[in-house]
Amino acid sequence: MSEQTPAAPPTTTPPADEHRRIEAAAAAEGETQSRFVRFMTSPFGRNLGLIVALLVLCAVGAATAGDRFVSTDNMLTVLRFSAVIGVVSIGMTFVIIGGGIDLSVGAIVALASVWATTLATQTMAEDTHWLIMVFVACAVGVGCGLVNGVLVAYGGMAPFIATLAMFAAARGLAEIISEKRTQIVDVRGLVDVINGEFIGIPVLIWIFAIVGAIGWVLLNRTTFGRRTIAVGGNATAARLAGIAVKRHTVLLYVVLGLACGIAAIMLTARTGTGSATHGGLYELDAIAAVVIGGTLLTGGRGTIVGTIIGVLIFTTLTNVFTLNNLDSSTQAVAKGAIIVVAVLLQQRVAVRGSDST
Amino acid sequence: MSVGTNRPHRRLLTSMAAVFAAGAFVVGCTSNEPEEEENAPAAETGGDGGGNSNDEPGETVVIGFSGPEADHGWLAAVNDSAIAEAENYDDIELRTAEGTNDASLQISQIETFINEGVDAIVLLPTDGAQLTEVATRAMEAGIPVVNVDREFSTPFAARTTILGDNYGMGVSAGTYACQLIEEHGIADPVIAEIAGIDSLPLTQDRSQGFEDALAACDQTVDNRVAAEFTVESGEEQAANLLQAAPQIDIIWNHDDDQGVGVKQAFDNAGRDEFFFIGGAGSSNAMQWIQDGEMEATILYPPTQAADGIRLARLLAQNKGMSDLVQVEVPRRIVLNAPVVNADNVEDYLHLGFES
Repeated sequence: MSEQTPAAPPTTTPPADEHRRIEAAAAAEGETQSRFVRFMTSPFGRNLGLIVALLVLCAVGAATAGDRFVSTDNMLTVLRFSAVIGVVSIGMTFVIIGGGIDLSVGAIVALASVWATTLATQTMAEDTHWLIMVFVACAVGVGCGLVNGVLVAYGGMAPFIATLAMFAAARGLAEIISEKRTQIVDVRGLVDVINGEFIGIPVLIWIFAIVGAIGWVLLNRTTFGRRTIAVGGNATAARLAGIAVKRHTVLLYVVLGLACGIAAIMLTARTGTGSATHGGLYELDAIAAVVIGGTLLTGGRGTIVGTIIGVLIFTTLTNVFTLNNLDSSTQAVAKGAIIVVAVLLQQRVAVRGSDST
Repeated sequence: MSVGTNRPHRRLLTSMAAVFAAGAFVVGCTSNEPEEEENAPAAETGGDGGGNSNDEPGETVVIGFSGPEADHGWLAAVNDSAIAEAENYDDIELRTAEGTNDASLQISQIETFINEGVDAIVLLPTDGAQLTEVATRAMEAGIPVVNVDREFSTPFAARTTILGDNYGMGVSAGTYACQLIEEHGIADPVIAEIAGIDSLPLTQDRSQGFEDALAACDQTVDNRVAAEFTVESGEEQAANLLQAAPQIDIIWNHDDDQGVGVKQAFDNAGRDEFFFIGGAGSSNAMQWIQDGEMEATILYPPTQAADGIRLARLLAQNKGMSDLVQVEVPRRIVLNAPVVNADNVEDYLHLGFES
């Protein structure tokens, strides 16, 4: 791949040139792509199938549960439920596009929620402001992300293994700090504001929307986003194009860590507690949402919008099942089926793309 | 070009077909399941309830029921008996959202019940503290909440709370252990405890009760491990415990579901030098007691949520409890935790649940 790269390495080239060089490097790989693949990999094409899927799911909901499904209150319930896992999934999108994976997100959420609700933190927050708790949660998330990133980028560990270690250690630490008890939030300001409403819409949904918007801009409109795609698509080409791949990889895990910190404070406000049991299986939910959202697990391609729709598909499915009195086992089967179908479709796109020339 | 334009449609078609299949799946389940279950015999929990006037049909009420994932037999029995109880009454329309260990998901289920404006909610939370916020909101919306088994962190979150006596369970186990020590004249006994999930207040209460009752006869717990109510965790922790303590006189295992694994670990190690006391009262445990393989078990009734359904119906219909003079449903009901051993096991067989 890299031997045909037209933009081989003069590292003295001014940074302004970087975008073009990355695209050139990517084009070397993309030479084999047909117009069809280009259409399907355009943001519109990629998300069309997902939007249709979500609409069909909504139609099923409306048909089976009627007004109970389409009411504003119910829509807000679905969105509120999507918010916490949604924020984690947006962070996860960056790591996966960058060619990594993070199995520790649920554990980080638990650790951040516990750390933010210890007696010491809460006392400090009561003396000053509840934002202290938000800061603590975010700092814990960033710290864990930093450790993950350094282990992967500089320690040379496979992301799967490095984050598996964090998966075990962070939840264990959360259990030690909380003594396995559920810590109740006494700082009412935090719960009242974050679990409250702003202009008639729950603050949790605002946070989800804002994180989504920032994530979209970061991925699509900044150098950071272009570098992420380049690093995940072909790390060697990215390095040759002058990107500090290792440093960028660390940053990706830090971004996800920050997202986990934000999610932790959202969950803390939503449940009014911090607990070592928070965020159970979030890693799988987030990865599933990212993958059905069209992000390649091998990296180099993905969208924030796809991830958000992926999250909404799963939460809407849960909601439709709840409204129809159906048990969670059936729902788990349906969820599995959706993942399989989504990934099979993605593979077909990939295979046809390479066949067509 | 023609190749290029053709394919998006095909992809769209495949993905739509897939989604329709998933949709059909949902619809299929909707149309089939209730009919199948309506014919199921509902007598098991003794729902005719002595024929008092409260059982006469009143206005139809909608009750929302949400419980944790039935990952062990006791919880499955709780969920099943609640659903069976609701079917005994023609005036109850039950909405179930059972089956999750994710607090965030359970919160959204309760929010759904609030949106739907159900007449009452029966809630067995995954964790009492984590569901307190949303239960309080339900109460503020005028929907009475019946809190089952795992208690909320404030009294404002529930109209009525119905609990097994976890502390009492520990006390019963500890007192019984003291009796055994005295009867058999065990000098310097080694006492072990296999707890359930340590983060749950119910486990902490059970352990506290056990400790306090043992203190009454100057004993302490020598070895303690905590499992997770599952067979697998029970086997693992019991095996560790046996390694840690080469000789044990009395073991109290909090939960008979994990007890299946605990018993397996005993059998694997060929150890039976101790008195084995269980908790909850599963069919297995009662069988072992009858076979002489287990000393006793402390009952923890799996019919709490069924009682919760009845109370929710009374609340929604503005009725009281007919056996009380007061016209209102009580704020708090704590169920008894008796010792079941070879002497009285016959009386409790009907309450045994399958692990």
